[in-house]
Amino acid sequence: MRISVQREDFDLGAEVKAITRNPGNGAKIGAVASFIGLVRDTNDGASVGAMTLEHYPGMTEKALEKILTEARSRWEVLDCTIIHRFGELKPTDQIVLVVVASGHRGDAFAACEFLMDYLKTRAPFWKKEQTPEGARWVESRASDDQAAERWK
Amino acid sequence: MKIKVLYFASIREKVGTGAEEIELPVGVATVDDLRQHLRVLGGAWAEALAEGKLLRTAVNQDMVPGATAIQPGDEVAFFPPVTGG
Repeated sequence: MRISVQREDFDLGAEVKAITRNPGNGAKIGAVASFIGLVRDTNDGASVGAMTLEHYPGMTEKALEKILTEARSRWEVLDCTIIHRFGELKPTDQIVLVVVASGHRGDAFAACEFLMDYLKTRAPFWKKEQTPEGARWVESRASDDQAAERWK
Repeated sequence: MKIKVLYFASIREKVGTGAEEIELPVGVATVDDLRQHLRVLGGAWAEALAEGKLLRTAVNQDMVPGATAIQPGDEVAFFPPVTGG
């Protein structure tokens, strides 16, 4: 299991390989599901030229650990990697990666979606967008709360 | 009997600092009490922590409700609803 909060970009292929080629995981993994979140060039009707991601060092890692522990109590998670970036990002840049390895696809898909839904509402990150009208903090969305609620 | 108070994102910008150490005042027992106490300081704090404003709070890096008790030495954080991912 690997959690990383970092400025640097990441590589999906390398992260998947690190899990599937890890001798510690043997040959039990039958399914790997992954999600990548990217910076879009528009949001709420404005064009976005750049984005700054702020986080709460210490709490961020702790919150992600808790979310992963919760996922492992619900589904078979043989291995998992969560990477979330912070700092300056531009449209098309990668923001977040979740990779879940399980015996079968059902657990991998469900745990991956759960991790993203919980991360969206519980991990202390904040986005500030640069738009032609100036900088603005991104507002939280009710739809994100609803997405997290359905796992209760 | 000090506590550490942290602010993030729009709250941090409004109060003009990310962290401060304050003496835990007598009668301040919960996160909500602390929010009320900081508002009374006026100016940027009154605006950033205004009543009815949607805020999230954490004590010692765990997100908790406003009724949570605080102790000397705690790290208490105020921030807007999170928008990562």
